[in-house]
Parts: sequence; C-alpha cells; structure tokens
Amino acid sequence: MEINRERITLGDRWKKLASSSTFPRMIITLFFGLVCIMAIAQGLQFPQLMSSSLGRFGMNAILVLAMVPAIQSGIGPNFGLPLGIITGLLGALISVQLGFTGIFGFAAAQAIALPFSIGVGILFGMMLNRVKGSEMIVSTYTGFAVVSLMSIGWIFLPFTDARMKWPLGPGLRNVISLDGVYAGILNDAFSLKFLTEKASGKMIVLFNQTESYLTQNYDSTLYVNNFNIPFLLIAVVFFACYLMWLFTKSRTGMMLKAAGDNPRFAKANGINVDKYRVLGTTLSTVLAGAGIIVFSQSYGFMQLYQAPLMAAFPAVAAILIGGASAKHAKISHVLIGAFLFQGLLTISLPVANAMYPEGNLSEILRMIVQNGVILYALTKVGGES
Amino acid sequence: MSEFVSVPSKELSFKTKVKNFVMHHIVMLIFLTICIAGIILANQSPFYLVSQLLERISRNTFLVLALIIPVIAGMGLNFSIIIGAMAGQIAVVIAKNFGFGGVGGMIFVMAVAVPIAILFGILIGKLLNKTRGQEMIASMIVGFFANGLYQLLFLVFVGLIIPMKNTDILLRTGVGLRNTVDLAGKNPVNDIGLTSDGLKYSIDSIWKMGIFNIMFFVGLVVFLFALGSMFRNNIAAALRLKEDHLITRILTPSKEKSKNVQIIGMAIAAFFAIWGFVVHYLKIGSPDILMIRSLKFPIVTAILIGLVALFNVIIQKTKLGQDFRTVGHDQHVAKISGIQVDKVRVVAITISTVLAAWGQIILLQNVGVLNTYGSHMTIGLFSVAALLVGGASVSKATNGQAFLGVLLFHTLFIVSPTAGKNLFGDPQIGEFFRAFVAYGVIGLSLGLYAWKRAMAKRSA
Repeated sequence: MEINRERITLGDRWKKLASSSTFPRMIITLFFGLVCIMAIAQGLQFPQLMSSSLGRFGMNAILVLAMVPAIQSGIGPNFGLPLGIITGLLGALISVQLGFTGIFGFAAAQAIALPFSIGVGILFGMMLNRVKGSEMIVSTYTGFAVVSLMSIGWIFLPFTDARMKWPLGPGLRNVISLDGVYAGILNDAFSLKFLTEKASGKMIVLFNQTESYLTQNYDSTLYVNNFNIPFLLIAVVFFACYLMWLFTKSRTGMMLKAAGDNPRFAKANGINVDKYRVLGTTLSTVLAGAGIIVFSQSYGFMQLYQAPLMAAFPAVAAILIGGASAKHAKISHVLIGAFLFQGLLTISLPVANAMYPEGNLSEILRMIVQNGVILYALTKVGGES
Repeated sequence: MSEFVSVPSKELSFKTKVKNFVMHHIVMLIFLTICIAGIILANQSPFYLVSQLLERISRNTFLVLALIIPVIAGMGLNFSIIIGAMAGQIAVVIAKNFGFGGVGGMIFVMAVAVPIAILFGILIGKLLNKTRGQEMIASMIVGFFANGLYQLLFLVFVGLIIPMKNTDILLRTGVGLRNTVDLAGKNPVNDIGLTSDGLKYSIDSIWKMGIFNIMFFVGLVVFLFALGSMFRNNIAAALRLKEDHLITRILTPSKEKSKNVQIIGMAIAAFFAIWGFVVHYLKIGSPDILMIRSLKFPIVTAILIGLVALFNVIIQKTKLGQDFRTVGHDQHVAKISGIQVDKVRVVAITISTVLAAWGQIILLQNVGVLNTYGSHMTIGLFSVAALLVGGASVSKATNGQAFLGVLLFHTLFIVSPTAGKNLFGDPQIGEFFRAFVAYGVIGLSLGLYAWKRAMAKRSA
C-alpha cells in the first residue's frame, strides 16, 4: 500500500505560518528580543527598563482584558472602548468630588463607575445588534462622537471641587492630578523597591513604600532605583483575569462564546444570540471603566477631553499581538499581548533615543506596529468573496 | 440599471412622499437645521460668512469628489484618501526641494504626484481586497499605518538617507522636515501675485472672477443644458445623431425626471442667472450684497473641480463605470458575468487616491503653508463627513451631494465657534460641538446603513 505523501515545501510552511493569528506575536517577540539585546548592548539599565515595562503592563492590562468578552461574544474587538473609559472617568470624578481618598476613594470610584458602565454598555450593545457586520467602524465613530460630546459635558457638569476645576472660567481641567487622592495606591502597596547606593554598591530593599517617600529620603544623586515590583497592581490584574477566566468557564460564559463563535448554530440551539452580544459588550464596557481607573492611579493623573479619543487602538493592538484574532480571544492573549506591546514601547524609547535623538522614532514605531497588527487581523476577517 | 420599477408618483399620497423624503434625507435635514441655528446664533456678517465659505469650497470640494467612485464600486467611504493626500504632499516637498514654483512648478507637482498616488492606490486596493466586507475600518487603519511610514520618511529618512538640496525646509539638525513648510516664494511677484519659486496661489491666482458674474454664467449653462436635455430627442433628430452618440448620452440624465421637476430646475437656474447679471453688471442690490459682489472665486480651481465632477459622471457611462456599478451592486453576480472584480476594485481605489493627491495639492496651494505632519490627517474625516451631510450613503453618492455637503458642513465649521461663544461664552464648546457633529454624522450614517442592510438580510 502506497501512501501518497504530499511534499511540504518551505514556501507552503511559510504561507501557513504567515496566515496564522499568532504570526504577529512571533514577529513582535523577535522584535522585542532584538530591542532588548540592543538595550543591553547600549549599556542601558536593563532591570530598570524591565521594571517600568512591568508597571506599564499592569497599567494597561485591564483595558486589554476588556477586549476578551467583546471578541468572544462576536462583536469583534471593541473599538468603542472610549465609552467605557468615559463612564470610568465619570465614576472617578464623582469619587473625588465626594471627597473620598485612599483605597476607599479608589473603591468608591470603581463602585460609582459600575452602574454608568452597565447602563452605557447595555445601550451600546443594543445598538451593535442593529448594525451586525459593521460593528467595528460604527463603534469607532460612536466612540469618537461620544468623546467629543463629553468634552462639552466636562465643561458643563456641575463639579465644584477646586482640585478638578479651572481656577478661572468654567469646566474641569484637562489633566487632574490624583496626588493625595489615590495616585499610585496599587503601585505602591506591598511593592518592593530595590535601590543601590552608588558609593558602596550596597543594595537596599524597601517594602510597601510610596514613590514620594523614596524621592524624599533617598537622594537620586547618591542612590539608583533600579527595580520595582508593584505586587498589588499585578495581583489586581491577575485577579481580574482570573475572574474573567472563571466567567468563560461558567455556563453563561460558554453560551456567550457559543453565540460569538457561530451565531447561526447557536440560534438553532435556542441560544438568544443578541442577548449574549449585549452581555459581552456590557462586560467589555465595565472592564474599560475599571481599567481606566487603574490606569489613572498608576499614571497619577486623570486625562479628560480629547485624551480617550484614540484609546481603543492600543488595546486592540495589544490583544492581537498576544495571539487573538477578531473572532477568538483568550486570557493568555491579554497577558502576553499587554506585556509584549507595552514592553516593546517602553524599551524601544531609550534605545531609539540613543540611536537617533530627534524624530521621535519610538512613537513612529508604535504607530506602525499598532496599526500594522490591526490591519493584519482585518485581512483575516475579510478574505475571499 | 432598470431593476427598480419607478412607482408612478400619483399613487403615493403627499404624506407618504414627505415621509419618504424625510426618511431618505434624515442626516441632511438634521444638519440643515443645525446650520441654520448656527448661522442665527453666530450672527456674523454675511460678507464674512460668504468669503470664508468660498475659500473653503475652493479648497475642499475636489477632495470630497475624490470619494465618489469607491462608493459606486461598493467599497464604502474611502477613509484612506489621507494616503492620497500624503502622495500630494510628497510631490509638494519634492518641488519645494528643487525650488520649482509658479504655474510650471504646479504642473510638475501634479505630474509627480500621479505615479506616487497610483503606487499607493494599488497597494491600498490589494489590501482592501483582503479585507472584504470591512473596507471602511481597514481604510481608516491603513491611513494611520501609512502615517507612521510617512513620518518615518519625513522625520528620519529625509536628510539622513535622502539628501536634500533645499536645507531651509529641514530642521536645524539637518535631519527631518520642519513642522511647517512655507509654500510662498522668495522671488518678486508678478502682476497676478505669482512668483517663479512659490507654489502658493499658483492655481488660484491665474484667473479670478466675481462671484455674481460666475453665478450668471453657471445659471445660464445649467439652464441651457436643462433645455437641451428636455428637447434632446428633437436635437438628436435635427443633427441625425444615433442613440449612443456621445452628445445624446451626455444630454440623457442619469435619472429620468418628471416634466415638473425639470421645469422647476430650469426656473431656478434662470433666476440665479438673472440675479447674477443684475448684481454684477447693473450693480443693483442691498449694501451687503454689493459688498459680497467684490468677492472673487478662483476660476481655474473651479474648472478643475468641474472637470472631476464631469469625470465622475462620464466614467459611469463607460464600460469601466458599468463594471464599478455591477461590482458595487453584487460582487458575486459581477464575477459570474466575467468581470475581474478584484482588479476593478483596485482601479476604483487608485482613481480615488490620485484624485485625493490632486485635491490635497489644490488645498495646499490655497492655504500657502504645508503643515508637514498634520495637513493630511483631518482630510479623511472632513471629506467623508461632508459627503454624508450632503445626503450620500455608504452605497450611493453623487456630485450634487458632494457640493451640498461641502456647503453645509463648512457653514457649520465657520459658525460653530462663534455660535458657541455667543451661547456659552466659550468658543471651545463650538469646536467640540463641530467635532461631535463630524464624528456623529459618520457614525449615524454608517449605523443607519448597516441597520437597513441587516433588516434587509433578515427579511430575505
């Protein structure tokens, strides 16, 4: 008996490789490795770079996680992320207005944002059910429109707290500092900060100390802060991912995934597809709201007005880099993608600056990588007529 | 295309007619209302409003017209015209580098832009063939992606890898272009305001005419054309033309209109012709009108805009144009009837990209300054929003809608900061509002279209 083995050429293999959804992940991993090698070769403080990558990962991961329920429920990557970001900011602003600070302020911001996010998410989901097949472009422009409308809202909403308002004239500030509210609360709690005394080379480890404590007590001319591990932030991110993972394993989560994977089949089996799409959109919006509050506390500022306009694209790109496609996403894609993308951006900045000081090379790189990855995913959605 | 049976208008009650009209033109009507409210609130002088509007019309109309062919070919709104704009800007920078200016320099820029735009257009077309069904989001993202490459070219490669002759336009380090490149020349200007080394006004200043004079001529031409199409059969008989002769085909309107509509159109054209004549030649009118009479419009730019509009009409009467429509209507049917669908779509996008490159050059010569990293970025949004405001949709767009859209959209742009200031004491509110309207119009139009399509699918 002869077995007719088809000969697999290198070209065929390459084609197969280049058309898989994990292809961007491979490319970006290679690129990330290359940038790391360059950073070490340039004699940059590699531990410091990795530590800020970790911080940036923690900052952005929940915004990336917001993509999972959206993709699983079948609406595709949520380009309407700014809607959730705005409800999150609204919760955070109200929390500041009510005078809450510290961990309670953070929790209050999350709690106040939640009903807004749920309400907006349900409406947004219902809208997306009416525009099946064009969710991505419609949600992009819905997001843009709402960001512009809320820019008027930030001027008119009756906030009175002096920390948030312009001293003269109406409206909230463009950038609102969270110092003394809950800036860095997740980043500093249970964190480990490694310092080296320049003169002696002695290593000091600080536990559970704030950034301001560090700058006040350790003169940067004498000490180098070469590594931070924000344990609570990372724990919060992993906990959020774990909850999402539990959800995907639950009966509801399974139904949601079934509705997204094959709507027709799901409908034939009596699953209310539209309902699960609304649920996915709402979860995505809720996570976006939660994510922006986590982001703001890490960053130390809330950014209003036009800041959320383009916020969806980096998050979409991150999950795609992690290996997701417009139809399939897993929690592992979030973790890998957020780390790779944020790491690449963080480490490429000093590397690019050392190579070529002018010209903002790392920003150009971000544009090309971010949009290139999204384009790649779109070519997988379309295909032949 | 005679699939749809036109229902005799007598069978529809007046109420249904009005309802249908409102349903079909909802975006345009909402916008018209906002515009009128804005004009009243802003309370600017008519002279200011008209002069601003004329400038914006001469700048932007060409770009909006560049969007029409992809719509006909079923590819939706081509957000990637910003890549066409980039091609135009690359050509402008090349001319600036060699110090070319004046009319000759402009012709050079237009010529150089073509191959660059064709190359870009083919690449975009190939990409959009891979993202079938998601052309709009893909064309938007490819614009952002190309912007990254564009910045790489002009911020990093220029001066570093690509040697530049003209160092004035480079940053002080000698690498990368400045944020703003002045397009005015240094040489003395001649009597119509042209220099041999500047591109500013190199089209606009060739020939200008008072706007009431233009109104007189345009009204006359439209009137005669309408007359010609009314009596086209008599003309064809008198000149012994065949049914498919070019003149007969041009005189045949794309949509058969009723006698009443034709007569009303002719009356309006005649009115404008007479009004233009009275104001321009007899100088009769209110002080405001006589002030506006002094405004001039660049004729060569107007001719170029007219040519593109004509091109959009004529191409639809050719084989290629028929292919655009067939592909736009149903790709599957087009494939069966032997049309190379992918190729036709690439051609449609390429034409759009080339026109966008020219449109951006026309805009830049009027503005007089190239904002190297910003000039092209808002083009996509404004042009698409303007077209939709004029009543176009994802699957249907005409020249008339483009003209109306530019008029309405830019009226809003002129009045909204002042209206915001008068209403709330803050011009920024007006600016946010107009951004909201631009994004909202696109979101609403695309959403309504997708909704209708989903409904049709469900009922099928």
